[in-house]
Amino acid sequence: MSAGILASYEYLDSTIDAITGLRSAGFQVKAYAPYPDHHIEHALGYDQSPVRVWTLVGGLTGAATGLALTTWTSMDWPLVVGGKPIVSIPPYVIIIFELMILFGALSTIIGLFVLSRLPNLKPAVVYDPEFTAGRYGVYVEAEGARLDEARRILTEQEPIEVREGAADA
Amino acid sequence: MATLGTRERGALTHPDLHRLDDVNRDVLKMLTTPGKGWWILFGIAAAGVGLFFTMWIRQMVLGIGVSGLNAPVGWGVYITTFVFWVGIAHSGTLISAILFLFRAPWRQSIYRAAEAMTVFAVMTAGLFPLIHVGRLWHAYWLIPYPNSRFLWPNFKSPLVWDVFAITTYFTVSATFFYLGTIPDIAAARDRATGLRKKLYQLISLGWQGSDSQWHHFGKAYIFLAALATPLVLSVHSVVSWDFAMSIVPGWHTTIFAPYFVAGAIFSGIAMVITLVVPMRKIFGLEAYLTTKHFDAMAKLMLLTSLIVFYAYLSEFFLAWYSGEEVERTAFWNRLFGTYWWATWTMLVCNGFVPIMLWFKRVRYSIPALFVISIFVNIGMWFERYVIVVTSLHHEYEPFAWGIYRPSVTEMCILLGSFCWFSFWFLLFTRLLPPVAIQELKEVMPPPMRKQAGEAH
Repeated sequence: MSAGILASYEYLDSTIDAITGLRSAGFQVKAYAPYPDHHIEHALGYDQSPVRVWTLVGGLTGAATGLALTTWTSMDWPLVVGGKPIVSIPPYVIIIFELMILFGALSTIIGLFVLSRLPNLKPAVVYDPEFTAGRYGVYVEAEGARLDEARRILTEQEPIEVREGAADA
Repeated sequence: MATLGTRERGALTHPDLHRLDDVNRDVLKMLTTPGKGWWILFGIAAAGVGLFFTMWIRQMVLGIGVSGLNAPVGWGVYITTFVFWVGIAHSGTLISAILFLFRAPWRQSIYRAAEAMTVFAVMTAGLFPLIHVGRLWHAYWLIPYPNSRFLWPNFKSPLVWDVFAITTYFTVSATFFYLGTIPDIAAARDRATGLRKKLYQLISLGWQGSDSQWHHFGKAYIFLAALATPLVLSVHSVVSWDFAMSIVPGWHTTIFAPYFVAGAIFSGIAMVITLVVPMRKIFGLEAYLTTKHFDAMAKLMLLTSLIVFYAYLSEFFLAWYSGEEVERTAFWNRLFGTYWWATWTMLVCNGFVPIMLWFKRVRYSIPALFVISIFVNIGMWFERYVIVVTSLHHEYEPFAWGIYRPSVTEMCILLGSFCWFSFWFLLFTRLLPPVAIQELKEVMPPPMRKQAGEAH
């Protein structure tokens, strides 16, 4: 049965060192921080987030919806207003624009929730409430001898606290 | 930590903050025990909300005749106040989205309050078209839905654009606000107990601050900011087209969209100052809101004041230069007609009073800024009043000229709208972290073992 170790650090550089050490030893690492830190993201080797695809698709869907809604409703009940064409694009651009922003924003949020697995109301097995205050955290899951190795790398960087628990499964 | 020299202090946005968890301590303290002052303000606001809804319901029962609206002035205090509150909303998005994209280092301390102000101001503004239409129960006609006759809204009408712009603006700014708050609600959750902890657990959605959460959060935030930036410019442009698309003298000008956007940011910044000064005092946030922040806001207020004043002058100039009799009369009438006092209030409050902001001593004096911001708030309300009322009461045909006087109902609803806004803002300062905890930490120097070793 595999177990998880969570080490809490006071300093950013110790956290980075622990992450780099674990990653070069071939562990899967999860990190916690009180704010988005690009050093941590860099140490974990992050690339572009797929959230941008959600934004693009949402925006395009919104624009298409705006165009379809205005054009179709005008054709559905053709009514000449002020001698203007039935389908008059310039005023419709405003509706198209607003719906592009609306759909783009909502789809970005949905994308974020899907990708970062929110909402997640099930309490984590091991978690340190100080992560939202001032501490950084590194979490590893391993079995047997590998677990000892992970513990050694984590404690080398002088953590404030080490917690262990059953793995998240 | 060693004491910092003047030079080092100047380089930091918050020189008096040293540890990351200090921010949690100071900000979350604001959520614990409300002082007497808070309860008094909240009581006044709640009473005002009562007045607001009583007068509104009374108007629904008796009819729109209880307002001063009549031919020829069919738009009065309600539309004025609608435009005023939409304008107030704008600088919140400016601070949270545009200054975020420009990486302005002074926005962190005020952006949460400014963004909350945006959401509540749009909530207030959104009520005014509903009040103004009189028969509230028909308000859903504004939304395109397949009704029994398959009639659709006229998408060539600026009023329909407005419906789309305002609903989009409210949805996007509320989502943006909520997204930015999630990590801070999690911070509050980790310190809270009892019922509050349960509430925060639920609305923080189980946020833990793990690397993948932060990674996607950061990107999503940038994209939302990039979407909100053109949105905020579009919303007040659309509001201005409610006027500019008509042929009423004084309304029918191409300058309206940029003029309204600048005015919106001007009034919004003033409102941020009006709100943040007492907040700083009541909650003891001196380390978070330094004179540097106020200086930056004052400069933005000065810049937008100049743009707005330039727009006023160019409107008067072009009315004269056009040689058009009706247009000339409309603008002469603004300065010297029945409503001269409104126009002069606007010119003094928005054009002349902010001249004081050229002086550094004024920009660094918080009481002075507070007073100036109140003047600007008043001036900007009168600007919309001037645009709406003076243009309508004196159009083309002399037989269709008339005078509009706001009724008691309208004044009570105007007053009530400030209470409605304050009601939500006061609740916000007690329920959600009113200063952005995680964003402040981003601009603080991160704790490093190496430096800590040297210092000891």
